[in-house]
Amino acid sequence: MTPAATRTPVIGDDAPELRARLLALWKTAPGWRGWFTTVDHKEIGLRYIVTAFVLLALGGIEALAIRLQLAGPDLHLLTPDQYNQLFTMHGITMIFLFASPVLSGFSNFLWPLLLGSRDMAFPRLNAFSYWVYLAAALFLHAGFLTGNGPNDGWFNYVPYADRAFSPGPGQDFYALGMVLLGISTSVGAANFIVTAFKMRAPGMSINRMPILIWGTLTASVANLIVIPAVSLAFFLLWMDRQFGTAFFRPVGGGQPLLWQHLFWIFGHPWVYAIVLPAMGMVSDGLPVFCRRPLVGYSLVALSTVATMILGFGVWVHHMFATGLPGLSLSFFSGASIVITVPSAVAVFAWLATIWAGRPIITTAFRFFASMILLFVIGGVSGFMTASVPVDWQLTDTYFIVAHLHYVLVGINVFPVVGATYFWFPKFTGRMMDERLGKWNFWTMFLGFNLGFLPMHLTGLLGMPRRIWTYPAGFGWSTLNLVTTIGSFVFAIGVLMFFINVAKSLKWGVKAPADPWGGPTLEWAVPSPPEPYNFAVIPTIASRHPLWEEALDEGSGRSSLHRGMTLDQGKEVVTTTPMDAEPDRIVEMPQDSWAPILLAGALALLFAALLFKAWAVAALGGMLVFGALLLWLWPQRRLFERKPAHG
Amino acid sequence: VAVDGLGSGMTATPLAYLTSAGTRAAAIVPLTCFLGAVSVVVCLIIAMLLWLGIRRGHADTVAGPVVRGGDGLGWIKWGMALSAVPLAIGLIWTMAALGQIVGPPRDIGLTIDVTARQWWWEVRYPGTSGRGFATANEFHIPTGTKVLVRLHGPDVIHSFWVPQLSGKTDVIPGQTNLTWLGADRPGRYRGQCAEYCGLEHAKMALEVVAEPPAQFDVWRRAQLRPAALPVTADTQHGLAIFRSRCAQCHVLRGFGGRAEIGPDLTHLMSRATIAAGSLGNSTGNLAGWIEDPQSIKPGARMPGQQLSGQELNDVVALLGTLE
Repeated sequence: MTPAATRTPVIGDDAPELRARLLALWKTAPGWRGWFTTVDHKEIGLRYIVTAFVLLALGGIEALAIRLQLAGPDLHLLTPDQYNQLFTMHGITMIFLFASPVLSGFSNFLWPLLLGSRDMAFPRLNAFSYWVYLAAALFLHAGFLTGNGPNDGWFNYVPYADRAFSPGPGQDFYALGMVLLGISTSVGAANFIVTAFKMRAPGMSINRMPILIWGTLTASVANLIVIPAVSLAFFLLWMDRQFGTAFFRPVGGGQPLLWQHLFWIFGHPWVYAIVLPAMGMVSDGLPVFCRRPLVGYSLVALSTVATMILGFGVWVHHMFATGLPGLSLSFFSGASIVITVPSAVAVFAWLATIWAGRPIITTAFRFFASMILLFVIGGVSGFMTASVPVDWQLTDTYFIVAHLHYVLVGINVFPVVGATYFWFPKFTGRMMDERLGKWNFWTMFLGFNLGFLPMHLTGLLGMPRRIWTYPAGFGWSTLNLVTTIGSFVFAIGVLMFFINVAKSLKWGVKAPADPWGGPTLEWAVPSPPEPYNFAVIPTIASRHPLWEEALDEGSGRSSLHRGMTLDQGKEVVTTTPMDAEPDRIVEMPQDSWAPILLAGALALLFAALLFKAWAVAALGGMLVFGALLLWLWPQRRLFERKPAHG
Repeated sequence: VAVDGLGSGMTATPLAYLTSAGTRAAAIVPLTCFLGAVSVVVCLIIAMLLWLGIRRGHADTVAGPVVRGGDGLGWIKWGMALSAVPLAIGLIWTMAALGQIVGPPRDIGLTIDVTARQWWWEVRYPGTSGRGFATANEFHIPTGTKVLVRLHGPDVIHSFWVPQLSGKTDVIPGQTNLTWLGADRPGRYRGQCAEYCGLEHAKMALEVVAEPPAQFDVWRRAQLRPAALPVTADTQHGLAIFRSRCAQCHVLRGFGGRAEIGPDLTHLMSRATIAAGSLGNSTGNLAGWIEDPQSIKPGARMPGQQLSGQELNDVVALLGTLE
C-alpha cells in the first residue's frame, strides 16, 4: 500500500467504532513477545518508574548500613573498604540510577498525555533508552555485588581512581557503566526535546505547556549538552587505567584537576536536571489541590530555564578549595548566589498559589507542600556554601551532606512520592489509600527531618564527610545516633509507601478518569489510558483545557471530543515548534525487537571491554551494527507525508 | 574529655569552626553566622507562611470548584524584593572577606612544607642554612605570626584543614597549593584531612600547637637536634631492632633510616599523638600500634611487626627516649 503523498486528515467525533479501530492499530501483542518489543510510552514509563524504585530501595539499604556504622563512635560493623564501597554505591545508585530515571519514567508516561499526543516522537528510541538504563544499572551493580564495587565516591576523583591506587576492577565497572548509562540518558533527552517541540496537540502553543514539560525539556537540553563531558571524562579515565594514557596522571604530565572540571561541568547541571522536572510536578500538581491555576506561570517557566542557564556557570563551587585563584572563584561565587533568585521565584509562586486558593489536603498535596519547605532549607544552606570563604569551612563536612539530602530528597523524592499518589490512578486505574498515605507522609517527613536537620549541626561541629568511623570526644556522637534513628524512621516511611502501592494496586478503589478535577489533558482520558491515548487529537485553546468553563479563559474552547481521527495507520500529527499549528501526519513505528537487541549488543560490548576480551568485543560491535541495520532498514510505511494542510 | 589522651588541651568540639583562634578563621566566623542567621530566619518565615496557608485548607477528597482568584503576583514581587536585601549583603560581604583572606599576606613570618600522604602528614621546616628538619602529624607555630603552608601531594588528593585556624585547601598531586594560617592565642588545634583519600581517610588527623615565640624557638631548637644516643642495654637493643625492622620506612636522624614512607621518629615523644592523631602517645599505645596497626587503622601502610615481648619492650624503650 503506497501512502498518499498528501492527505487532509479526517475530522471526526470520538466514537466506539473509531476506538476499536485505533485499539487494533496501537495495541501491543500480548505475552512475552509484546513484553520485549513494546514501544508504548506508558509501558516504558512504568518500567522506568518500577526499576528506579527498586534501585531506590537498594540505595536505601546501602544508606542504612552506612548509618548503622556511624550510629556511635569507633564502631566496627563494616570494614573501611566495605564502608567506602557502600557510600560510593549509595551515591551512584541514588543520583544516577534513581533520581534521574524515575523522572524520565514519569515524563515518559505523562508527556504524550499532557501534550495531547498518541506517543513520544521516537517510540523505539524510548524503548532503547529504557533497556540501556536497565543494562547500565545491572552493569554498575555487578561489580558491587561481586565484591568489586567502585570505592572512590560518585565523584570519583583521580588520582585515587587511577590504577595505582585502585587496582581492582571497581573503577572500570564505574567508568564503563557510566558511558553506557550516558547513551541511555542522551537518547532519552533527544526524544524529549523533539517531542516537546513537535508532538504537542494543535493549539498548545509553547506558553500553554504544563510546567512539567518545561522542567523535563530544560533538563533534557542540559543533559544533551553536559553528558558528553562526563562520558568523555570516564572514557579518558578508563584509557588512563587500562592503556597507560595520562590525561589525569601528574606523573605523565596530566592534570588531576581536569577530571574535576569535566566531572562538575556535568555534575552541577545534572543536579538541576534531577530537580527541575520534579519542581514541574509540584508546579502542576499543587494548583490542582488549591483549585486555581498556578500563580505566575510565565515567571515559573522562565525561572526554570534561567536556573538551567545559570546552572552551567556554577560548577567551580564544587572546587572552591582546590587552590584556584581568588578572582576566578569570585565569579563562580557570585553566580552561585544569584542562582537562588529563580529558585525563590518558584517558591513564592507556590506559596502564593496556596494562599490565593483554598487547599484540599490530600496525601499528594502534603508531599507537594512539604517539598516547598524542604526546598527552602536545602536552598538556604546552598546559599551559605555559595560564599567562598564560608565554603572553605563547610565543604566536605556533614553540613554538605545535610544540604544535598535536603536538595535531593526534598526536591526529588518528596515530589516523586507525591506525584505517585497524584498520578497513580492514571497509571493503574486505582486510587492509593489516603489513610495509609497520611501515615506514610508524616513518617517520611518527620523521619527525614529528624535524621537530616541535626546533621547541619554535625557539620558545623566539623565532622568530615566519607569517614568510615570517628572517635568520641568531638561532639558528634549523640547527633549521629539521632541521625541514624531518623534515617530508620524515614526508611519505615518509604516502606509504607511501597506497601501502599502494592496494596492499592490490588485493592485500591477504582479511579475515574479525573479523580482530582485536574486541568490538563491526561485527566481527559480513561484511567488507565487506552494504548492510543486519545481517540481524536484534541485541539487546545488554553493552558487549562479542562478548567475552561470555570475559568472562562481565552476566547475559544478546547475541542476534546472532536478532532483529527488519524486512523489509517499508527498515526500522529506533528505541529510547529512555537504555535503548534498542525504540520504533518506521521506514521509511528510498530513494536520492534531492534531496541532490546541493540541494548543487549551494547551491554555485551561493554562487558567485553571491561574484561578486555577483544574477540567478544568485536562480536559485540558486529551485533551492535546488526541491530542498527535492523532498526534503520527502510520501511516504506514510515515515509513521512508532506504537510497535511494546503 | 576524650579517651586515650586524644583531644587533650582542646575544646569539647575540636573541629568546630564557629569558634576561631586565628585571624584567617576569624574573618569567616561572622560571615558564616550572618548567612546562617539569615537562613534560619528565611526557613522560619517560609514555614510559618506555609503552615498558615495550609491551615486555611480542608481535608476533603472531593474536588471543589475551580476559582481563578487574584493573580497572586504580589507574592513574587514582594518575596523577591525582600530576598534581594540579604542576598546583596551576602554577596558583598563574601567578596570583601574573600579579598581579605584569599592570598598569603605579605608579612609571612614562617614558611613550612606540608606533604599529605596516605594517611599521614609530613611537615618540613626548611632551614635558612640547610638546617631544616621534619616532623609528622603535629607541628608547632609561634602565636601572632602568619604562617605560609606549601602543600605537596605525592599520592592522591587530600585536603589540609585546621578549622579553628583556617579553612580547607586541597593538596593536589602535580601542583603546589598555598595556604596560610595564624594563631592569636596559644593552644592545641586539631586538623583533619577533608578530601576523601581512601581506606583511612577517617584517621588522617593532625595537630597544630601554637605557642609564644620564645617557647616555639625552644621547640624548634630541640627538633633540630639528632636523636638521642641510646645509653642503656635495652634501648641499644631497641636501636638494633629499629635498624633491621623499622628503618626501611622511618628515620631517626643521626642513626639513618628512610624518610617519605613513614613519619620521622627523631623526636617522637615530643608529639602528643601517634598514627596521624588516631591514638594518644603512650607506651601502651605505641606497643599496640607496633604489634598490630591493622586492627587500629585497617589498611594503614604500616605492617604488624610480630616482635617477641622482649623485642617489643626494647623498641618501645628506645622510642621512649626520643624526646
